[in-house]
Amino acid sequence: MAKKKNTSEFPKWNYAPAPESTSHIQLKDRYDLYIGGKWVKPLSKKYFKTINPANEKTLAQVAYANEKDVDKAVKAARKAYDEVWSKMEPSERAKYMYRIARLMQERAREFAVIESLDAGKVIRESRDVDVPLACNHFFYYAGWADKLEYAFPNRKVSPIGVAGQIIPWNFPLLMAAWKIAPALAAGNTVVLKPAETTPLTALKLAEVIHDAGLPDGVVNIVTGYGDTGAAIVNHPDVDKIAFTGSTNVGKIIQKAIAGTGKKATLELGGKSANIIMDDAPLDEAVEGIVNGIFFNQGHVCCAGSRLFVQEGVADKVIEKLKHRMDSLIVGDPLDKNTDIGAINSREQLGMIHKYIEIGRKEGATMYQSNCELPSSGYYCAPTLFTNVAQSSIIVQEEIFGPVLTIQTFRTTDEVIQKANNTPYGLAAGVWTDKGSRIFNVTTKLRAGVVWANTYNQFDPASPFGGYKESGFGREGGLHGLSAYVKQNEYGTVRSVENV
Amino acid sequence: MERLEVLKTYKIYIGGKFPRTESGRYYQPMNGNGNALGNICLSSRKDVRNAVVAARKAFGDWSGRAAFNRGQILYRIAEMLEARRGQFMDELQQQGSTRAKAEKEVNAAIDRLIYYAGWCDKYVQVLGSVNPVASSHFNFSVHEPMGVVGIFADADTSLIGFVSMMAPVIAGGNTCVAVASENLPLCAVTFSEVLNSSDVPGGVVNILTGKQSELVKPLTTHMDVNAVAYSGSKEVFTEIQQDSVLNLKRVMHFEQDWSQSNAQNLYLIEHFQEVKTTWHPIEDIGGATSTY
Repeated sequence: MAKKKNTSEFPKWNYAPAPESTSHIQLKDRYDLYIGGKWVKPLSKKYFKTINPANEKTLAQVAYANEKDVDKAVKAARKAYDEVWSKMEPSERAKYMYRIARLMQERAREFAVIESLDAGKVIRESRDVDVPLACNHFFYYAGWADKLEYAFPNRKVSPIGVAGQIIPWNFPLLMAAWKIAPALAAGNTVVLKPAETTPLTALKLAEVIHDAGLPDGVVNIVTGYGDTGAAIVNHPDVDKIAFTGSTNVGKIIQKAIAGTGKKATLELGGKSANIIMDDAPLDEAVEGIVNGIFFNQGHVCCAGSRLFVQEGVADKVIEKLKHRMDSLIVGDPLDKNTDIGAINSREQLGMIHKYIEIGRKEGATMYQSNCELPSSGYYCAPTLFTNVAQSSIIVQEEIFGPVLTIQTFRTTDEVIQKANNTPYGLAAGVWTDKGSRIFNVTTKLRAGVVWANTYNQFDPASPFGGYKESGFGREGGLHGLSAYVKQNEYGTVRSVENV
Repeated sequence: MERLEVLKTYKIYIGGKFPRTESGRYYQPMNGNGNALGNICLSSRKDVRNAVVAARKAFGDWSGRAAFNRGQILYRIAEMLEARRGQFMDELQQQGSTRAKAEKEVNAAIDRLIYYAGWCDKYVQVLGSVNPVASSHFNFSVHEPMGVVGIFADADTSLIGFVSMMAPVIAGGNTCVAVASENLPLCAVTFSEVLNSSDVPGGVVNILTGKQSELVKPLTTHMDVNAVAYSGSKEVFTEIQQDSVLNLKRVMHFEQDWSQSNAQNLYLIEHFQEVKTTWHPIEDIGGATSTY
């Protein structure tokens, strides 16, 4: 029904293809491990392929690091930590990091194209969001290196040691920057494992790091699957684990390091509420809903996947939203007109389809935009479900795809309670024109990031991270430093008894 | 004829009320001279659950109070403790302390409460930030309490460890379920009477006595507890860490002498805080943007 209405009232525009060129990028056929400042063949002797999810073509072969390879990387990181990086003047550390930021900026377009090829992410987003934010993250944290004593009142700080860092496939380069930059600024060395489906930009980052002349072993990149990550987590000489990924794996990691004294920060899943009050500017709110759930194909841990609309405006918002969804272009990630690119992997597409099926079986009403999907590659049309309940599986569990659930509410207290009724607590959004209502809601939402009259904004200066089962620790800003420093007291300790 | 002393019945403290344990059980910790301290409640997992329910119920009100008000209430706790110095000194001596040591411990506990009373309306200013983001947004980060915190008080002291672990937790707007030192439980029990007369809403601090080995599991596996503070052995802490994974409780292990001057600081409040970052756009008319 909606299809017919839209085609009659709003004629479909045809856009000429506007693909970003791939001619200037440099990709090797095969990537080894970056350990101790050198590209080394994996002791495992194994490689795996990374593909372009938009057309399933192989982009490169990538080394599959085993326990021995990880051990080698940790040893290189330890050596660099002991001998060079922890001893270097902090102002010199800063200059290396500034240099990395600049070299990344110079090659920004190459990074963006490779990111889109490897992750299925649309070029507009990798070019305008992922890559600039990644560069800026290094630039931001570079300046902290020689100013750490200002960040922690009444404390001296020192680095922790070797940081093992495991990152996901949704923002591959950005997550690498989020992990590496604060670690280096504070004087730690790093062993980083990118996700198996998106290793390429981390490997390109290794090239930049190499070109920047960063001392050997300060950053080591080991590629592989979950067992490679487990080898990092379980390595006795790793002092700190930083993980971004699913809540399930986060819990496994937290359990594995119990009793080891390893520090951890976990940035895990979410099922974030996006709340539309009846006085909200509805057109802006609809843009915010679209950005909240369809940004990066919905592969966003803080995606606004649970929409709450106040009853009085619910019909209108849903109608506007459907109309807006119909105008979204799903297709070639490299095309500059594309709004929604490819789902990251066959496995993830299967997961999304599984949840869509669950939603239908639960009796929810589904709407999918009437867009055309490419015939090859992994794609999913923007999807929304109405007639869902708090207890619906698709309302409770993270889908990590372009699937939105919509619920309605009457009062502010009601929606706060519904929004908080989740084991997660990563992010939330609220749309209203009334200032006092904004703060009533934002102070009561149990989430680490709250966007009022906006959604999915990120900045190196802005701390990011969750409450409850969305993990702990913050990344970004001053607060992101504390995960990478030991705090020590000034002066001598007095016994109260002797005062 | 000598007057017969009236003995005290030691109770637990849940939701502002003083029940005995629902289990009806008791234990008799001994002091150094081999004398039983009394029939102390041997709290059960059901007591833990009741205490968590009370703590959760109190959380909304307590975390929503003005920081200034929380500061006044913590100050009031110190006032009440000051007024009962003698009672606490007696109990400390009953549990093996010398008079001089007992007096110092009580003094330190009072001063510690005053210290945290003063932090209530300051830590957010010191720890928070306005973040200079590159886009046209007002962006700020503030600290918020984690929620319900489980506390296993220091085993080696009766009063100062308990107060030092509890005060920063409630100063930061959390509510708590605190398990008293197993062998030195008297001061924690009596402290509940101080709390009860100090304008502290019922349920903000709940105090249980009993066997740590029995209470660790129900408290650390409870799905409505947000964090756990533990002062004691590494082995038990490892178990706490593992159990806490269930709902990703934040866990803190303290290995410090709570009688030391450094056993009070801003970071003990921060350990039980979450950072919330809020964004709002700044109006942009004709490209004339502004930032913070």
